[in-house]
Amino acid sequence: MDKAAVIGVGITKIEANKIKETFADMVWEAVNKALSDAKMTIDDIDNVITTSNDFWDGRTISCMAVGDASGARHKNVSCVEGDGTFGAFYGLARVLSGSYGTTLVTAHSKGSESVSSLITNAAFDPIYDRALGMDMVSACALQARAYMHRTGTTPEQMAMVSVKNHGNAKYNPLSQLPMDITVQDVLESEMISDPLHKLDCSPVSDGCCAVIIANGKRTSRYGGVPVWIKGVAFCADSYFIGDREISKAVALTKAAKNAFSMAQITDPLSEIDVAEVYDAFTYQELMWIEAMGLSEGGKAGINLEKGHYDIKGRLPVNPSGGLLSGHPVIAGGLIRIAEIVKQLRGEAGGYQVAGARTGVAHGVNGLCGQSHCVWVLTAS
Amino acid sequence: MTDIFSDVEPMVFKSRINVPYAWWTGETAERFFLALRDDKKIMGTRCPVCEKVFVPPRKVCPLCFHEKMAWVEVSSEGVLESFTIVKRQLAALTRKAPVIFGLIKLDGADTSILHYIENPGHEDIKIGTRVAAKFNEERSGSMQDIACFRPIS
Repeated sequence: MDKAAVIGVGITKIEANKIKETFADMVWEAVNKALSDAKMTIDDIDNVITTSNDFWDGRTISCMAVGDASGARHKNVSCVEGDGTFGAFYGLARVLSGSYGTTLVTAHSKGSESVSSLITNAAFDPIYDRALGMDMVSACALQARAYMHRTGTTPEQMAMVSVKNHGNAKYNPLSQLPMDITVQDVLESEMISDPLHKLDCSPVSDGCCAVIIANGKRTSRYGGVPVWIKGVAFCADSYFIGDREISKAVALTKAAKNAFSMAQITDPLSEIDVAEVYDAFTYQELMWIEAMGLSEGGKAGINLEKGHYDIKGRLPVNPSGGLLSGHPVIAGGLIRIAEIVKQLRGEAGGYQVAGARTGVAHGVNGLCGQSHCVWVLTAS
Repeated sequence: MTDIFSDVEPMVFKSRINVPYAWWTGETAERFFLALRDDKKIMGTRCPVCEKVFVPPRKVCPLCFHEKMAWVEVSSEGVLESFTIVKRQLAALTRKAPVIFGLIKLDGADTSILHYIENPGHEDIKIGTRVAAKFNEERSGSMQDIACFRPIS
């Protein structure tokens, strides 16, 4: 791949209910944080990609409403409906085309303003299975049980993901749910959809993330610190849950393999220093790590118990606190990219992974992880 | 949760978003639903290339991108691939919690379907438990013509 880098990132504080900011106010804040981080002005942005979802925004053609706050007026702006990592993929492709030197990518959502269960129910096929009344939580609960059955992962091990990530969040001032909790707290929290307890699930959140991507000479023009994009890949599985091997994430395995290969990484387990993955539910962190080849098959729960995924462990996973500590849908994956950028610049403060040089960020869209986007980034 | 609302009543604009849709099933799902309604049969389609049987049926093989799919009847019994017991009254639920959802691979099919699991005998259900479809007496040509799947004792 030609030389391309993330040269600026901005994340709003992630909160349960941002009553003082509209969605556009959040976007404006994240964009200005990213511009200031990159030492750029909006005039240095050649084109803009927004990432939004009409159902979450409660607005037809939601992408058209977010343009102003992204500084997109009188610029070439395009939109992706899905996770922010997919928007960033499109933004990267645009700078790699040579038509643009810089792309501003935004992703936002305000979960507080709607009913997540109804919105995710509408992701099911209206002809065959929507009327059953399932949603993201109940679908992922099915997947969690299948994953536990295949790998022998225990409820306690899943709970430890929650304990770790909420604990990491104590060092992340942007996090929504920093918490000191125990495995017992997780297991005693409300059983929402067996086997998923309340503390196995990410919260409903409001937040926005902005990322600036540049190519060639533009990566070093403005004085910010570039983090190099070494490998990126995207892969989707079948739409119907029943068509997939539900206890595995075949599409993620493929995406990770392609991204690592592009980055010339042959042994991800020893070459990746830090990972930020899409932990919408506790089991997902373990399942995604395994699917990406960052854990031996079925051993992620055991490795977690040994502390391998702690901030000071062999492979720190979600040192920021992850989505379990704050989950603005759509922005979720883009925040993972921004967090890896902070780690590789040594700017992650209390949750900095010592000596991190190569990191992986991961985004998801669709029920039970239908599609995945994997980013491999390296420090300057 | 948010203290700012403790002594004020927020002014709320109630959006009227309620977008009516009516989906045509298309001829493939139509045939599937008519077989459920009229004959209590569960039909799938087999791809001539990969030989996989898809239930619910697809006009085009999602794996091979091939359209000459053949109709086959599959069993109304199968194996529980996974399940969840929803305990919270999630907004999407259309019946009172607890509700059990299952992913069921019917005998003769290579894919699984989502449906309700009912367990009137309080049996020990787990992944691998064999279940059978219970059809509704009155059927109108939808997935709900199957009331639920129940463990076979």
